[in-house]
Amino acid sequence: MSSRLVVLFVPFVIIAIFWWMARREAKLRHDPTHKSYFERNGMVLGIAFIALVALWSLFLVVMPYLYMVVESFHPTLRPVERGGPNDVLTIAQYKSFFETAAGVNRVHISAFVFSILASIAVTALNFAICYPLAFYMAQSGTPQKVRLLMLALIVPYWVNEILRAFSLRLLLATKGLINNVLVAAGLIDSPIDFLGINVGLYVGLSYAYLLVMIFPLYNAIESLDKNQIEAARDLGAPWWRIHKDVVIPYAKPGIASGCTMVFMLAAGSLAAPQFLGGPRTLWFTSVIYDFFFQNFNWARGSAYAFILLAACIALVMLMLRLFKVSLGETIK
Amino acid sequence: MKSAWVMKGMIGFYIFLFFAYLFGPLIVMSITAFNTPNYPQAYPFESFTLDWFVKLWNDRNMMEGLQNSIIIGIGVIAISVPAGLAASIIMSQIYHRARGLFYLVTISPLLTPGVIIGISTVIFWKDVMGVTDITKAIFYKGIILAVLGQSSFISAYCLLIFMARLTRFDRAQEEAALDLGASYPQVFWHILLPFLKPAVVSAVVIGFLSSFENYNTTTFAILADKTLVTVLAGQVRQGTTPALSALAVIIISISLIGAITYEVLKRREQARADAAQRRAKVAERAEVEAAPLPAPSSA
Repeated sequence: MSSRLVVLFVPFVIIAIFWWMARREAKLRHDPTHKSYFERNGMVLGIAFIALVALWSLFLVVMPYLYMVVESFHPTLRPVERGGPNDVLTIAQYKSFFETAAGVNRVHISAFVFSILASIAVTALNFAICYPLAFYMAQSGTPQKVRLLMLALIVPYWVNEILRAFSLRLLLATKGLINNVLVAAGLIDSPIDFLGINVGLYVGLSYAYLLVMIFPLYNAIESLDKNQIEAARDLGAPWWRIHKDVVIPYAKPGIASGCTMVFMLAAGSLAAPQFLGGPRTLWFTSVIYDFFFQNFNWARGSAYAFILLAACIALVMLMLRLFKVSLGETIK
Repeated sequence: MKSAWVMKGMIGFYIFLFFAYLFGPLIVMSITAFNTPNYPQAYPFESFTLDWFVKLWNDRNMMEGLQNSIIIGIGVIAISVPAGLAASIIMSQIYHRARGLFYLVTISPLLTPGVIIGISTVIFWKDVMGVTDITKAIFYKGIILAVLGQSSFISAYCLLIFMARLTRFDRAQEEAALDLGASYPQVFWHILLPFLKPAVVSAVVIGFLSSFENYNTTTFAILADKTLVTVLAGQVRQGTTPALSALAVIIISISLIGAITYEVLKRREQARADAAQRRAKVAERAEVEAAPLPAPSSA
């Protein structure tokens, strides 16, 4: 238990860091007109603001995350054994991701690699689908038309994720609409198993996160001065060069932000793989899900969750570095 | 000239395809809600029925889930909107150097997969609430954990909404109020909060909707309880019934009504603003024509 208690000290460390930063800042600039935080907000409101933010950022964000990480360095134990002599720090859970008793842990590693690659593919697909519409809305649509399009984009997203996956299943299942129509039209003899070959999975993921891609793109392209495009056109640039050399470099932060969000959401998604993936397809979050609900192995589930998180963050950072976008620009 | 027409046609076709992709599945699903076969099918359409809506109404699990979803949504709003508001105000006042760190901490739940938020919430609070048997019996419940887990990222949505609105706040208003003798808390209650009112409304709406729809975090945090979405997920996993389509039809209708109302209200507001501007212009011109010489002082 003791190693878990370490997490409880984290709030004090974080508060100390902020306090130290505040002191240093105050020392660095001598501004007589500057009012202290409590002078500005009054005692009651000032304390209320800090309490609310501390409650949220410490107890709902920082501490649970760290606690999960600490948990992942513990062995798998029955509840009675927790805190007992067997409850030591170990990296066994991480090791088990790479190797099992029978050798390399092929099942989980391939599930992991497949999830990451499929998420990258979905991100690229969504960018290709959304870019033209975002460009049209941002640069050539009239304000009224744009507002109508926005509304039309948002309305389908009030239907929840599960029902959206369900609706795609009705289309793509062997008894679904597309197969029924194709068979009735005589184009194919027997239904195609779209879900079995993962068409459902890709379509489902792409469908689920269209909106997440289109809004950052739209916001980024919208602020581009139309004259720049005119100028490029007057100088004789073909349409594809206008996009490659003018629009895309300008909209890079928006593109990065849309791609980051879609990638993270896709890699962490649960509904689309569960309901639209083929029977032999194993998504990494489903592996984690099973550790929690079928094997009740929380420590290993935590370790896998942390592996997923660390890999996603590392990949996003790498991509941002490659495309020379700073993280600050992305999460605006 | 001809190429411009081709271009326009192509863009139109593309937009049509895009929205067909977006709405097609939902339309097909809606049709299956009114078709008689047990397996939800849109084609061939056998005969019209409303039985699936009756089935849905009689589904006790679904109704209990709906009730829990609403309770959780209200709980999430009660935590997230104040937390987001407080964080946005601290963000605007915090020392420059600390802002980056603060931003990173508060925004990180948005970049974390929901599955991980759910897991960490359960693991952490199970031990915290399990300190004594009594606290465990009172607090270690799916509904409470779901509120805590969802609040962690919905507060971040609220923070972004408030920050966007705060950037348009005119500091001069605050200064004017202070010059007129208001205290800082008075400025907050009478100037800043009314200014933020639209943001509060959208934070409440968006917070409630994202809580209501959430699956990834909730499926872990809800433990033995259920929400509408987890009940739905269970039913989709077991098989398919047109009763689910019926539920979708209800949700889509509510969304459409909401969207149309919003659009109509917005147009009416716009028309009113336009009319006011026109009247002002007419009045101004009348005034100018009535007094051809520049007036020494205009009231």
